[in-house]
Amino acid sequence: MPRYPAPPNAPAKVRVVTLRIDGQDIGAREDESVLDVAAEHDIRIPTLCYLDGLSTWGGCRMCMVEIAGSPKLLPACSTQVAEGMEITTNSDKLKNYRRMILELLFAERNHVCSVCVSNGHCDLQDLAVECGMDFVRVPYRNAPYEIDSSHDLFRVDHNRCVLCTRCVRVCDEIEGAHTWDIMGRGVECQVITDLNTPWGESDSCTGCGKCVQVCPTGALVKKGTAAGEMEKRDDFLPYLTQMRGNR
Amino acid sequence: MSKTITINPVSRIEGHAHITLHLNDAGKVDNAQFHLTQFRGFEKFCEGRPFPEMPALTARTCGICPVSHLVASSKACDHLLSVTIPPTAAKLRRLMNLAQLAQSHALSFFHLSSADLLLGMDSDPKQRNVFGLLAVDPQMARDGIRLRQIGQTIIEMLGGKKIHPGWMVPGGVNEPLTEEKRQDMLAMLPEGLEIAQRTLKSFKKVIAKFPEEIKYFGNFPTMYLSLIGSDGSLEHYDGYFRIKDSNGAMVEDMVPLTDYERVIGEAVEPYSYMKFPYYLPAGYPEGIYRVGPLARLNNCDFCGSPVADAALDEFRQLQRGEPVSSSFHFHYARLVEIIFSMERMQELLEDPEILATRVRARARGNRNEGIGVAEAPRGTLIHHYKIDDDGLMTWANLIIATGHNNLAMNHGIKQAAEYFVDGKNLQEGMLNRVEAVIRCYDPCLSCASHAFGQMPLKIELLDASGIVVDELVRDSPHSP
Repeated sequence: MPRYPAPPNAPAKVRVVTLRIDGQDIGAREDESVLDVAAEHDIRIPTLCYLDGLSTWGGCRMCMVEIAGSPKLLPACSTQVAEGMEITTNSDKLKNYRRMILELLFAERNHVCSVCVSNGHCDLQDLAVECGMDFVRVPYRNAPYEIDSSHDLFRVDHNRCVLCTRCVRVCDEIEGAHTWDIMGRGVECQVITDLNTPWGESDSCTGCGKCVQVCPTGALVKKGTAAGEMEKRDDFLPYLTQMRGNR
Repeated sequence: MSKTITINPVSRIEGHAHITLHLNDAGKVDNAQFHLTQFRGFEKFCEGRPFPEMPALTARTCGICPVSHLVASSKACDHLLSVTIPPTAAKLRRLMNLAQLAQSHALSFFHLSSADLLLGMDSDPKQRNVFGLLAVDPQMARDGIRLRQIGQTIIEMLGGKKIHPGWMVPGGVNEPLTEEKRQDMLAMLPEGLEIAQRTLKSFKKVIAKFPEEIKYFGNFPTMYLSLIGSDGSLEHYDGYFRIKDSNGAMVEDMVPLTDYERVIGEAVEPYSYMKFPYYLPAGYPEGIYRVGPLARLNNCDFCGSPVADAALDEFRQLQRGEPVSSSFHFHYARLVEIIFSMERMQELLEDPEILATRVRARARGNRNEGIGVAEAPRGTLIHHYKIDDDGLMTWANLIIATGHNNLAMNHGIKQAAEYFVDGKNLQEGMLNRVEAVIRCYDPCLSCASHAFGQMPLKIELLDASGIVVDELVRDSPHSP
């Protein structure tokens, strides 16, 4: 369910709850997510698929937190706060899981930072640094993935895709084209344009480039960029979301 | 009984290799082979990648000379874009290439080879290294480190990193030079020139101690291949191919760089992962030639800067005006080129155009085949790419500077081994001389490991006494 847009004239009948995050007593609106409340109080929870301005998907599991009384870990992005919650965001267990998620992402496809166009401007790379992932403990799959360079302006390199679905969501929710979608299951999953036609032959793509700007890695990029040159900007998203209102 | 000596690993070189010397019953060397034992596979895994990634990708071939690959690859990409890059971009690339030349030559001469020259070929192997040099001649060790630092610092100032800077891109460079950095670079160059001159002076005093090495360290007639400026000047970034024979007569001149396949053929041998390029019209292996500093100085008409030109005149007197044929003099040529690089960098930095801010031409792939050639410290480097209409690589061939010298290195170690190695009375210093021949060429083996088509393969089954009882041979379809 999209978290945005919030209707500008929505009734303000929302209760306030009190909870505790990492030992800090906090008051929050009951319709907020743990991630939002933590961010409001400068408590950093790592995220990858989450992007302010898009609907919440909860697929990457980087933002998992521990909640007292719950036997399982819960994603902070898609868990609403509740009265009396006791939340831990940065235990050794969570750190270990986050690092493991990153290791599996790096091992699954072919993320070679040194020669990547997004080197130095990549969310996945930044997370690896933040979470201290200095090496990968599982064997790399080294499976070859295709590159679709048929679009006039942009390119998709599936070797560097982490299946965060930001492109799918921005294309559907903001641009309204729904060019992108997901095909396949499990390790065979892949983002596709239209009904798996080459991007350059897509009837629905407007060429707006929003998918490229929100992609966290070097999977969706502008053509003609050399290593380290692909800097992205997604700051337009909350603004676009607000301007669109409910339309 | 015949015997084989293996020198493994060859020390104080860049990369991994070993040498085998086959001795006859009399303990004399029958044959010598230089084996590159590592395999990289760059040409293959570049396939399918977008071509703008190629400069950074191929630069990872090497941490010593990444700039050389950046230059050749960026030029091949310029060719694919079908653009003439802005003049300032070409000057900036030339500047970085010269800084790389200086730092790499300094590494070869001071860090890798000077211990042989100053401590002696027969000195204690435990001392015969850069630390031994520090003990015997701290000034020279400091000079070497400082010279390398000057080159590396200029690379860092231009590209943001000393190793693998990402600044050189298809169409030019991605950031112009600032006045502040220009001044900082200019401030370092006089010291670099002074060190280079001082080192050449001491080297000239030392060479008198090595008459036998000069005579037998790869001293034989070959052709010489290098780039040359349109006016016949010493050239490292662009220009044309020139090939001279062992007497200095012109074999090929003003050959456009994109015509390299007309003059250069490639062969493979079963005992090495390094290709054997040769002068195509002369056939294999008769088309043996050498590249690198020795070839560049033998081929050029002049350097184009005063101190280097004076040094070039003296260099030419080594063989009374004939091309200098001993590979030992690669060291000499290297020092002359360091002088040249310092002077030429100064000239480039004093050109007001170097600060212009238009440093990149923008285009997409406008042709399907691109060739980029430049002079790496070790010799001529060729990158040749083919792309599809979407800009993805379909084929790549890299001809590496060290590879051009492969035939000559094999001849060189055979010549030195025949003269110096006595199998009946083997001394460590004898084998060090064989290694020192290889060091003259300053091979970069991590760069030079490139397969060509299907590698030929030879499997030998030996009995306990080393006698070959069976062998299986797969020839390469590309063997000449």
